[in-house]
Amino acid sequence: MATAVDKTKVPWWVANLIVPLVNLLLALLVSGLFIFIAGENPLQAVRLIIYGSFGYIEGFAYTLYYTTNFVFTGLAFAVAFHCRLFNIGGEGQAYIGGLGVFLVAINLSFLPVPLVWLLATAGAVVFGAAWAYIPAYLQAKRGSHVVITTIMFNFIASSLMVFLLVDVIRDFKQMGPHTVALPKELWFPTFKELAHLFGVKIRYSPLNLSFLIAIAASFFVWFLIWKTKWGYEMRAVGHNTKAAIYAGISPHKNIIIAMLISGGLAGMLGINEILGVHHKIVAGFPAGYGFTGIAVALMGRNHPIGIFPAAFLFGILYQGGSEVTFDMPNITRYMFVAVQGVIILFSGALENLFRPQIESFFVNRINKEKMA
Amino acid sequence: MVSPILELKDINKSFGHVHANKNINLQINKGTIHGIIGENGAGKSTLMSIVFGLYQTDSGTIKINGKEIKLKSPRDSILSGIGMVHQHFMLVENFSVLENIILGFEGELVFGKNLEKAKKDLKNLCDTYKLNIDLESTISDLSVGFRQRVEILKSLYRGAEILILDEPTGVLTPQEVDELFKILRSLKEEGKTIVLITHKLNEIMDLTSEVSVMRQGEMVGHKKTESTNKEDLAEMMVGRSVLLRINKSATKPGNAVFSVRDLVVKDDLDVTRVKNVNLDIHEGEILGLAGVTGNGQTELLEALSGIRKIESGKIQLFNETISNKNNFFDPKLLKEKGLAHVPEDRQRMGLVTDFKAYENLIFGYHHQEPFSKSSVLKEKEILSFSKKVMEEYDVRPRSPNLITSNFSGGNQQKIILSRELNENPKVLLVGQPTRGVDIGAIEFIHQRLIDMRDKGAAILLVSVELEEVLSLSDRIVVMFDGNIVGEKINKDVTDRELGLLMAGVA
Repeated sequence: MATAVDKTKVPWWVANLIVPLVNLLLALLVSGLFIFIAGENPLQAVRLIIYGSFGYIEGFAYTLYYTTNFVFTGLAFAVAFHCRLFNIGGEGQAYIGGLGVFLVAINLSFLPVPLVWLLATAGAVVFGAAWAYIPAYLQAKRGSHVVITTIMFNFIASSLMVFLLVDVIRDFKQMGPHTVALPKELWFPTFKELAHLFGVKIRYSPLNLSFLIAIAASFFVWFLIWKTKWGYEMRAVGHNTKAAIYAGISPHKNIIIAMLISGGLAGMLGINEILGVHHKIVAGFPAGYGFTGIAVALMGRNHPIGIFPAAFLFGILYQGGSEVTFDMPNITRYMFVAVQGVIILFSGALENLFRPQIESFFVNRINKEKMA
Repeated sequence: MVSPILELKDINKSFGHVHANKNINLQINKGTIHGIIGENGAGKSTLMSIVFGLYQTDSGTIKINGKEIKLKSPRDSILSGIGMVHQHFMLVENFSVLENIILGFEGELVFGKNLEKAKKDLKNLCDTYKLNIDLESTISDLSVGFRQRVEILKSLYRGAEILILDEPTGVLTPQEVDELFKILRSLKEEGKTIVLITHKLNEIMDLTSEVSVMRQGEMVGHKKTESTNKEDLAEMMVGRSVLLRINKSATKPGNAVFSVRDLVVKDDLDVTRVKNVNLDIHEGEILGLAGVTGNGQTELLEALSGIRKIESGKIQLFNETISNKNNFFDPKLLKEKGLAHVPEDRQRMGLVTDFKAYENLIFGYHHQEPFSKSSVLKEKEILSFSKKVMEEYDVRPRSPNLITSNFSGGNQQKIILSRELNENPKVLLVGQPTRGVDIGAIEFIHQRLIDMRDKGAAILLVSVELEEVLSLSDRIVVMFDGNIVGEKINKDVTDRELGLLMAGVA
């Protein structure tokens, strides 16, 4: 209590910009130490990261492709979090969302293409939401904690998908656990095609229409949370359940709505991966994006304006990291998983480690300026 | 010439743009009881938190026994001989009295020698000041009055020479208040210095020898208690003259519009808290429900307002059953039927303190026009409504965008009242409307409730403040241990009688 900084005196840019940046810097320092111990030059690694993610057009497109995934899963986590639900089931919801995309697209491929896209997106949302519904119901009616149930549902989703990909919807002409490809005309237009229109030749780029959908989803979440009755009620339940009941707002209903929207957003990862990149369901396509989304949301303070840059940062790390592992033999892919872990640790779990010191430093400086 | 034991000079403290303490000067003399009064948000609690080391000053000096000291944490203050009894007790409920007192000051890894010594010292202190506490009893078994004594004992044991009490009587029955005052007087006799923070003028007149008045962060005056009176003090506090007791006309009650029959309610732990209660509330009447906290009032209010399920009996609003053992109308539906509820605990139930003021001003009405249309919140309408009611109810500061937890208690209460009274409800349930609210605001809130009554509303007033129940109610019922133990017409009753009913002895 004695060290508490008077929150009202902390300027917004200190709390929302300086503190996350300091945490990020610390994480990078520790990561640099890892790279140094592994026998490589950390500065060279940074140079490679920056080159890999910004230095050439294909690299930058990759960065934005990863960003798209993190925006979806970050928004998903944030929506549930505003209702104080810790939805760590984004991974499973994304996986099942992908199933929705594929099933809709393959079965309705006779419809006009834009309509298929629309319905497949709806399929992603509905399937992802449905996968979140059971944990939501159990939380609302039975009080089973969503942290427990959603993580269990990640495992169930993964097992279910393996079963389907091996025994039910596999492309039986192949040995691998994946489905047949969608007809080519249903593939999302990519950045490569757009560049070609302007006469720029690009070898390959996974960046596709989904990036724009992710931007739209960010606006949607902002509007939902701060401008609608639903967002208002969810936040009321999240901040003070007792008061919500007093005001006639049903916590049960809002827990379920928040989880459905959260699951739906996570499911949208499926459109990027399936309509945009793989064009079929590949076993394990969510590849941890669902979990990284938690860190993205926490780093972005659960606000779309914060989530977008945080997602971009993780995009840089993913893309730049793969560049580093390519060029530096001592740095393996797992090294970069560790780097991400350190970032998550510093900007998520240890978020408040240096906050009091940083805030009081700035508050004192501002006080002194006022005195002078 | 008496020497000041505590001296504050030019103390300044601000929170954001709120200047909570402006150039405060204060001298407290050894061996006296010194009162500090002021409205809520006047800066009393901030000042005392500074003295107790919870906040650091922006500027100014603190001297104890003439020596300047820096108080960086409560530990510093305790070591300098300052003790504080907070409004909300800082006790571990499932620890014994002894364990609570030595907590943080155990002084050894395995209890042994020090513990024995502590026991002996505590026994001596109990005897000296007639505290009459059993050191082995568990806190959760003790009444509120005794818990407060444990806090006092804790401070004394830690060597307090100056004891600060923050609103100590808010939770006590009249009899318990008498006991507390006896203890405080005997502390004074033994040379301790007591600082009493309160907004109750009776206590100041009864107990103190000097009194300092704060208003809007400033010290507006120091008086010898013998040379002042309640009216003067109230005027100094508020900055204008105030009516200490509300003027109200005789009542003309109409039909019973809200009735409760054979009501039984259990709490979350399945303990029956309301046992067979019958009540009728008439149009144009304020029914006061007096009682010591924890005798079932909370559960009763929650049942009546559609928050809590009932075990048996029924509740009727305009002859329509709104709650029986199988079913109950939720608060949203009850609002539509004309029932409004100002809850007892404004921070935990009445408000979402992390919300902005304007979000709380529509809380529970947010789904209605003009605040929202097809599920989209109408910010312009909400803001203009907020500005209007904040003006009308004098909510300070008038910033609808400010986070609610930054408003003082009285202003938070005004936010709730303006929201709940705005729709002119036909039945109004009010719990502790002025708990922790300052005199100026109390007068205002009381006047609003009387206005509502005169417009024909049926009002149930639940309050632990006897003064308030007596001042507002037309009829008074007393609740004890889940039962209504007495019903009185206001003009025929004394506070002694009510006090005995509240204590369950009559």
